[in-house]
Amino acid sequence: MTNIDSNTPMEKMTPGGDIYEAGNAREFKTGDWRSVRPVFLSDKCKQCGLCFPVCPDDAIPVNKEMKREDFNYDYCKGCGVCAKTCPFGAIEMKEEE
Amino acid sequence: MSIRERLSGNEAAATAMRQINPDVVAAFPITPSTEIPQYFSTFVANGAVDTEFVAVESEHSAMSACIGAEAAGGRAMTATSANGLSFMWEMIYIASSLRLPIVLSLVNRAVSGPLNIHNDHSDAMGVRDAGWIMLFSENNQEAYDNLLMAHRIAENEKVMLPLMVCQDGFITSHSVENILLEEDEKVKEFVGEYHPKHYLLNQDEPIAVGPLDVQSYLFEHKAQQAEAMKNAKQVILDVAKDFEKMTGRKYGLFEEYKLDDAEVAIVCMNSTAGTTKAVVDELREQGKKVGLLKLRVFRPFPVDEVAEALGHLKAIAVLDKADSLNAAGGALFEDVTSAMYVNKKQVPAINYVYGIGGRDTRADEIEKVYNDLFEIVKTGDVKNPYRYLGLRKEAED
Repeated sequence: MTNIDSNTPMEKMTPGGDIYEAGNAREFKTGDWRSVRPVFLSDKCKQCGLCFPVCPDDAIPVNKEMKREDFNYDYCKGCGVCAKTCPFGAIEMKEEE
Repeated sequence: MSIRERLSGNEAAATAMRQINPDVVAAFPITPSTEIPQYFSTFVANGAVDTEFVAVESEHSAMSACIGAEAAGGRAMTATSANGLSFMWEMIYIASSLRLPIVLSLVNRAVSGPLNIHNDHSDAMGVRDAGWIMLFSENNQEAYDNLLMAHRIAENEKVMLPLMVCQDGFITSHSVENILLEEDEKVKEFVGEYHPKHYLLNQDEPIAVGPLDVQSYLFEHKAQQAEAMKNAKQVILDVAKDFEKMTGRKYGLFEEYKLDDAEVAIVCMNSTAGTTKAVVDELREQGKKVGLLKLRVFRPFPVDEVAEALGHLKAIAVLDKADSLNAAGGALFEDVTSAMYVNKKQVPAINYVYGIGGRDTRADEIEKVYNDLFEIVKTGDVKNPYRYLGLRKEAED
């Protein structure tokens, strides 16, 4: 499917805005909606696994060893649920600049 | 060979739906269109159709179910009236913007309140800007014929818009008249099968329908709808040509009745055109040059064609069976007069709001309209262009 963006003329857009492929939410980066950002303090993290299941945007990547990695800021909207959930203070919310 | 029958307008609509045999019918009963889903559910129960009949709990759900069925790749139909259409309103816009060619049989009735179950066009006028193709029908025959043509128009690749076929509640929906039906097989062949390019149940192409459409996209999608509506005009004429080949019955964007050499004319829609034709015949016998333009295609509005057809007249009266309550005039009047204006046709025009809430409009009232028009031709003075016909009112002065 051809890429449609804010420069695409109406003739090239799909009727009704239909998207002819699956899994396309990945293309829509919503991270810039964020006003506060979670900061991952890896030295405090015990890899308990409580934070990533509560993320509504799947913005906490987990590797093959089942260990969480740093935030994916392309999708994190800064809701702060992970920071509230963390029992070890390993996630700190900071104002976006 | 056409089959001679006698049917009410609702029976005619239900018969058309039986012959079309859509995949899904989702409907909720409301006077005066109740009989359409009622008859249709009998066809379902008797095995006369293969349709999945969804007995929904509201009109909002009826239109929602039709939207789901069409997005899935099926053909969906429904019927409603007045407040039923009002209740669908939100989904009416979703249907057209998702470009789903749903076909709706609208049996026109006054939108409450105060509560009234009788005929006027306030329901249809409430959705005139919703992006649906709107066909109006003078009688049961036209309601039937318009439905047979509906899918070919709506599902055309250049169109892909939902379509409603209007007829007057009770006046035609509950009046039994002679009708010519087409044979089931011929209708099936004429309507054809629906094979949408993209649909939800296609496992080879997973798609998303109706995603978030932010500032950078909605404008263009609306313009696409407008473009499709413009395309619909020619498609409606092409389908009418094919329909004429099958049935011998001829349809255009509107019907011109003794309009060519007329000096004054009435513009109206649906059953009032029948009354007006009788008056035209009577006045013609008296040597008065009167005519009628009966609009069939209200959306898309045939701007240039209407202006061309009315341009030679000395005065016109547009009859609106719904008041726009805008202190300016009815919707049809606005459309006709702006069509004339942009085409530089300067003809004195008046508007009559009439027949509200099922008020009978008699031949002598139509005759009065023609007499008023002749008076305007004589004096050159329109006075008040926004008038009422058949309204009780204390005499002025």
